[in-house]
Amino acid sequence: MSNRRTFLKTLGLSSASFVLGVSSFAKGNAAAVVNMSTDPLSLALEINPFIVIQPTGQITLINPRPDMGQGSTQAVPSLLAEELEVSLDQVTIAQSDGKGKYGNQTSGGSSSVRALWTPIRQAGAAAKEMLIKAAAQRWSVPESECYAEKAKVIHRPSGKSLTYGEVADDASKLEIPKNPKLKESKDFKIIGKYAPRLDVPARVTGKAVYGIDVEVPGMVYAVMLHSPMIHGKVVSIDDAEALKIKGVQKVLKCERPMPHRTSEAVAIIADNYWAALSAKKVVKVQWDNGTLGQTLTTAAYFKKCAEAATKEGLKAEEEGDFAATFGAAAKKLEAVYETPFLAHAPMEPENAIAHIKDDGTAEVWAPIQGPDWALRDLAGYLKIKPEQIKINVALLGGAFGRKAYHDFLLEACFLSKDVKKPVKLVWTREDDITQGPYRPGMMARMQGGVDAKGNIVAYHHHPIGESIQFQVFKAPSNKPDDWVCGELSQKEQKYNIPAFKISYTHVPTEIPIVWWRSVYASNFGFSQEGFFDELAHAANKDPLKARLELMSDARFKKVLETLAEKANWGEKLPAGQGKGIAIFKSFGSISACCVTVAKQGTGVKIEKVVSVIDCGHYVNPDNVKAQTEGNIVMGITAAVKKGITFTNGQSDHTNFHQYQVMRMNEMPKVEIHIVESGAEPGGVGEPGLPPIAPALANAVFAATGKRIRRLPFDLNTLA
Amino acid sequence: MAAITLDINGKKHDLDIDPKMPLLWAIRDVVGLKGTKFGCGMAQCGACTVHMNGHPTRSCVLPVQSVVGSKITTIEGIGTEEKLHPVQQAWIDEQVPQCGYCQSGQIMAAAALLKDKPTPTDADITSAMQGHICRCGTYDRIRKAIHTAAKSKSPKGEMSGGK
Ligand code: FES
Ligand code: FES
Repeated sequence: MSNRRTFLKTLGLSSASFVLGVSSFAKGNAAAVVNMSTDPLSLALEINPFIVIQPTGQITLINPRPDMGQGSTQAVPSLLAEELEVSLDQVTIAQSDGKGKYGNQTSGGSSSVRALWTPIRQAGAAAKEMLIKAAAQRWSVPESECYAEKAKVIHRPSGKSLTYGEVADDASKLEIPKNPKLKESKDFKIIGKYAPRLDVPARVTGKAVYGIDVEVPGMVYAVMLHSPMIHGKVVSIDDAEALKIKGVQKVLKCERPMPHRTSEAVAIIADNYWAALSAKKVVKVQWDNGTLGQTLTTAAYFKKCAEAATKEGLKAEEEGDFAATFGAAAKKLEAVYETPFLAHAPMEPENAIAHIKDDGTAEVWAPIQGPDWALRDLAGYLKIKPEQIKINVALLGGAFGRKAYHDFLLEACFLSKDVKKPVKLVWTREDDITQGPYRPGMMARMQGGVDAKGNIVAYHHHPIGESIQFQVFKAPSNKPDDWVCGELSQKEQKYNIPAFKISYTHVPTEIPIVWWRSVYASNFGFSQEGFFDELAHAANKDPLKARLELMSDARFKKVLETLAEKANWGEKLPAGQGKGIAIFKSFGSISACCVTVAKQGTGVKIEKVVSVIDCGHYVNPDNVKAQTEGNIVMGITAAVKKGITFTNGQSDHTNFHQYQVMRMNEMPKVEIHIVESGAEPGGVGEPGLPPIAPALANAVFAATGKRIRRLPFDLNTLA
Repeated sequence: MAAITLDINGKKHDLDIDPKMPLLWAIRDVVGLKGTKFGCGMAQCGACTVHMNGHPTRSCVLPVQSVVGSKITTIEGIGTEEKLHPVQQAWIDEQVPQCGYCQSGQIMAAAALLKDKPTPTDADITSAMQGHICRCGTYDRIRKAIHTAAKSKSPKGEMSGGK
């Protein structure tokens, strides 16, 4: 199609080669897996990269955003289906493979719906207009007399109809409209409406295919033996005992490629996973750890952060004159807040199959968040062209940011290159928890001033710690990290405090880090909102009213007012109970929550969490709620369960018996409310998390008078 | 290696495997039933839960030699998309799964609970389910779904699954 390029340009996507898809679910009740070794779509007609219609009428929609549980399998195809006028039970959904024509394909930054809201709907609308035009031409009637519904074009006066399959061939030869007309939101049939997720039946019957479930012919299993010190070097390997285990093929020195450095490691290759695991226990490796025992500790890192907290940082933003206003304030507050390193610990450990073939091409099967990005990483690592690489994305059993970091995928490539077979590498839970990358532990120095009339007049937020942009993307160290500072900006958070300043200090560490659900908002939402509570109390103000007084933004106000109403803020509480609130904007959505705690023994119990979110237009209200529920659980876990610490260079936790996460017995009552603002779509997968920890800490203060500035804290021993 | 006979979902499998191999890996990698999941390998998370003679059991720490002669039921054995177990139906009704990875184990535990206690209290549910981690945080829906399944009119016998 000569004009496809123009069309893709219109959509802001780039153009490339042919269609391919792998589906981890088949539609409806059919066999749940499309055979991953075949190319089910290559014979079909591609109306545009995201819509493939077979002459038989079968319609495949390509979902460019891998599903890690956030619901993109439904959300993105819903946008397409809405404009294409098909219902989701009429289509098969396939996952994109990283090729450039699908544009950005990374699930991250809560971006799927907000980034694709316009371009993907345009793709759907353009295809619909082409199908209508093809039908109208076939009938020799004006297009204006035709409309589309349920995968058919209908001629209104006569009532005759053609299926999309019947006109797909003609339609695919038409010029792609440059400005397809999008539906108005009042006409939406799918977007914004409750719909059960079509992927759920496969997920409750054991039929959904996750990365760890994929098998390919001729594959061998691999287990990694990572250095306990992460960056230790291999001095010697004694594999005599390991090789005696039946099924063990080979023990070899290999590598773990990370963005900031490549570490040495050892791998065991075997016929089956159990043999490899058994061998791991008896392989003896001598590691050279150099000085890592001193340098790779969280205590040393936080000590450096604490030193930085006594000094001025790099100025990122200043409204008014902070020093003068703070200096003149009637009440001055200063505090340091701290948040720990955290593991993502998705329930499915990291895993991948890689096959580096004799002809130099490569094929991989893996649960990864971004096939496009994996394609770049693979091409760079293997030094081959993207066209020589085929990526099959399987379902992700959770990820939370972890599976957009491709160390495990590249490890599998290294091993396949060595053994010249497809290698299935499965990390153990111990690998996952001891090796990182982690959410960075961060510190924040806070300063604030209240004037004689009780107005909060000065505010300074000074984040300190390692930078993802620095460690992962090699950004310079001498500039404020705009991922941190941009988000905390007055323009984003809307506190109209006359003297408002953001500073930044970079403190590097060799502990591998990466984004973790809601990224820095999970660290600095805590300091911003915890400290704001302190300022409100210093000003003798109700924490809700203090916020409303300073906020003029209508959406922020509405979120707070909704929260006040739904959480019954201001009600008289029984003795020993307390409520705390927090609000934070991240990923384009505003989320606030109210936590109620009750004193219990020497600590407190979390009674209830009410969350409110304004995410603008959304696809499925039930999924917004589900994601917010998940954020409550992960947010509480991050606040009250042990973080990752390194002592003598090694992680102090290895598995879930030490790295604990919240369980059902700790689950409070939850309530989620969506504010219907009709604004541009914001994110859904992450924004619910940042307000949880500060609201909880503020509730603890309300109930007990104890101010929590350092996470994690123990709910059971506050007294 | 030895010939080990396993009874999984009512079918006999003769396997030539290490008798110490945990049941989890025999089910997944030798028999090829992938619905039972690996989460921790040390009886901490519940992802690998199957029924052994009707009782929920962590297959990741159970050597196959110790289950010879027992009836093993996996998620594939309690219901299919065509004929769902009432717990699976309730999981769909309440839209429980997010990533879904933990849910095979959760469902096996819930099915066993309901067989024991057809109308469980919140406390019963907590004690039966607190060994199961869901990192996506679906606990509230799991609780609701168990109550929903308990209320569903299905004949009680169906709760047992795996016959
Ligand atoms: S894998 Fe068996 S309990 Fe976690
Ligand atoms: S649904 Fe993802 S771990 Fe439970």
